[in-house]
Amino acid sequence: MSAASALQAPAATRQLLSGNEAIARAAWEAGVRVGTSYPGTPATEILEALSMYPGLHTEFSVNEKVAMEVAIGASMTGARTICSMKHVGMNVAADAFMTFSYTGANGGLVIAVADDVGLSSSQNEQDSRYWGRFGHMPILEPADSEEAYQMTLAAFDLSERFGTPVILRTTTRVCHVKAMVTVGSPREQPIAQFAPDPMRWVMVPGNAGRRLPLLHKRDGDLREAAEISPLNRIEEGTDKRVGFVTSGPAYLHLKESFPDAPILKLGFSHPVPVELVRAFAKGVGQLVVAEETEPLLETELKAAGLTVLGKELLPRWGELLPNVVTPPVKGLLGEPVETDSRPTPTVFPRPPTLCVACPHMGVYFALSHMRQKVLISGDIGCYTLGAGHPWMALDTTICMGASMGIALGMDKARPDGDTKKSIVAVIGDSTFLHMGMQGLLDITYNRGNVTVLLLDNRTTGMTGGQNNPGCGRDVHGEVAPEVDFVKLVEALGVKKERVRVVDPYELPTLYKALREETAIPEPSVIITNRPCTLIDEYTRMVPFRVEDARCTGCGACTDVGCPSIVVTRRGKEIRKSGNEVELTWVTIDTSTCTGCGMCVKTCGADAIVGPSLIKSEDI
Amino acid sequence: MQNGITNILVAGIGGQGVMTATEILAQLAIAKGNDVKKTEVAGMAQRGGVVNSHLRFGPHVLSPVIPAGCADILLAFEPAEALRWSKEVRLGGLVLINTARQLPPVVSGGLYPYPEDPVGEMRRAGLTVYAFDATAIAHELGEIKLINTIMLGAIADHLPFPVDDLKEQVLSRFRARKPALAALNERAFEAGRSGARAAA
Ligand SMILES: Cc1ncc(C[n+]2csc(CCOP(=O)(O)OP(=O)(O)O)c2C)c(N)n1
Repeated sequence: MSAASALQAPAATRQLLSGNEAIARAAWEAGVRVGTSYPGTPATEILEALSMYPGLHTEFSVNEKVAMEVAIGASMTGARTICSMKHVGMNVAADAFMTFSYTGANGGLVIAVADDVGLSSSQNEQDSRYWGRFGHMPILEPADSEEAYQMTLAAFDLSERFGTPVILRTTTRVCHVKAMVTVGSPREQPIAQFAPDPMRWVMVPGNAGRRLPLLHKRDGDLREAAEISPLNRIEEGTDKRVGFVTSGPAYLHLKESFPDAPILKLGFSHPVPVELVRAFAKGVGQLVVAEETEPLLETELKAAGLTVLGKELLPRWGELLPNVVTPPVKGLLGEPVETDSRPTPTVFPRPPTLCVACPHMGVYFALSHMRQKVLISGDIGCYTLGAGHPWMALDTTICMGASMGIALGMDKARPDGDTKKSIVAVIGDSTFLHMGMQGLLDITYNRGNVTVLLLDNRTTGMTGGQNNPGCGRDVHGEVAPEVDFVKLVEALGVKKERVRVVDPYELPTLYKALREETAIPEPSVIITNRPCTLIDEYTRMVPFRVEDARCTGCGACTDVGCPSIVVTRRGKEIRKSGNEVELTWVTIDTSTCTGCGMCVKTCGADAIVGPSLIKSEDI
Repeated sequence: MQNGITNILVAGIGGQGVMTATEILAQLAIAKGNDVKKTEVAGMAQRGGVVNSHLRFGPHVLSPVIPAGCADILLAFEPAEALRWSKEVRLGGLVLINTARQLPPVVSGGLYPYPEDPVGEMRRAGLTVYAFDATAIAHELGEIKLINTIMLGAIADHLPFPVDDLKEQVLSRFRARKPALAALNERAFEAGRSGARAAA
């Protein structure tokens, strides 16, 4: 069964769904009217899956804050709403939901936030459960797809019962694991209509002050609800020497590793049901708290006077996988730990890299050739891979949009007149629209000396190719207004003559544009205009090949970093000058080459030839 | 096999079809009445990086992650990737390998060596290894994307299910969407099966 048909499967059937798909299915069944998100691994597929269901509005918003605000507006209007994002998206959205927590939800609002425990695809490993404490919201933590489905349904009910947004906290190990889910059928929800109530919806100090006692009362009510919630359950074990309090997928790893141990599994993990834990503690020898990743339950239980072991035993970061939890717990029990005495094979790293013909390679080829003369402020997207081999052409990366402000900060911090190095910022189309525009405005407003490379590959590449306002298409692929990047950056204050659109495959032109713009002490923007090779807009061309007899081994083409260029042999040569030079002969993997021609422009010996240039005896 | 759970690790490089292969195996396990869990990969890791998927099936699966050193079968789309994950395979477990090497830029650029004899190294570590060039077979059949089906053919004789049921699971996907490709995939499946047998 295809992924799409599993999503649409009839009620009461069992389907293999990822955690993200299960959340989307449950949201649809719960009668969600509006679903918002901004792409981000591991949360992206929640909205992608939801967009395939009929009868609701789904959107990838321009960033998480806007996604949250759209969701808040929908909830205020009385509609059931889901807003999904990756963990770092919560930082962007925080301003909106920290105050929405005061007004509270009208239509059920579920904030599905996915933490990248284990850092598979993220710049940090923050624990989103803090937001529940910070923002006074309950947290539900599923362990797998079935629970993700059940808890999403429960979250909408909880949200409406207590008038609060609910955080559904998943991790990569829930989002991106497929497991069996028994699905149900959609329920009708009342028609939404906004009911004006300024005391509630207008958060000026006086009104907000009146909401504070309600907020704290709600915390207490939620704690009572957590104490008796069926989402929190005790599994009596037979070996009571150690009992575990746990949440999320760590539960499954513990159950796998210690099948006979008693477990208190917290699905409704905040506010912490302290009395339930106290009761559980009475029946076990030692109490171990196993949570990913920060010691939140642990700290609160210790504060409540319970004796528990937590991060003094288990790691403070990363997943609590079976092989991670087993040795320390066995050590605690005084049992021997089995070790695998087989040698560990050594294998080279295989870091992710840019795709064959990726237009970003042209940019990094150019930057790496002026590496000594530039500081490169990077951003988040496929182009972050420019930090890697062979380009090594990024100096900083922090978070989405930060390339702009960081570049300006580097410019302003150096002594006046120090222009030994030019400052360049590199940012993608989706990231620019997400949070880069404000930074560029700051550069122009404060008269920074920064050259911005805006890599418009017409998609949100890193997260799998979602449309954004620069593409002229929405989440369903329908035509939408298309941002004109040239006009946009001009409107943000960049002089007309300092804005150029360049084909990144034309390496000499791009290099020249970079040299010229970095030499002028004003804000400038170079927009590249080739599409990502993984989207429909990209057309493959005929592969190139290397004429071995003509290849001099200079290796210049390998600086492009294209995976289709394969080294065939290496050597050394003593030049007339007496200098020894390294030589690298190459071939092109014609099964993957798409004929972009970037490498051709680096070959002084004309050894890289296209089909029309292949001599007849070669055919 | 532990507690009636079969653990299969599928490994390769982003873009090779590791996920599709695992999905097909998962669907077959479901059709046979098993509980199933399967890990996915998304985002950054897909860009030419290391990709692997854990498939676990049996009466009731808890952790989606195969416990260290407990994989029954490793189905590897590239020899260095097979070696990378080989310690996840239990003693006496089976490794099925496509021997066509894929060198990442850090290797072809001379920063790291490629392991000299991955297959030999795994055999010396006590694993049963069936290795053959699935990529060459795919080229012979005229379509590089067939590697996927060829590797599924290779594992067909080693699952607790009849070979024809896996074949049906693979081909039904094509019959539904691209009937013209069904016959070609059937040949690829059989070629993979004989490839693994000849390597035994
Ligand atoms: C706040 C936040 N939201 C989402 C992400 C996930 N994310 C990483 S890169 C990226 C977008 C990349 O798109 P673009 O800037 O167009 O560059 P491309 O990958 O296409 O080169 C996203 C959404 C993130 N890292 N931080």
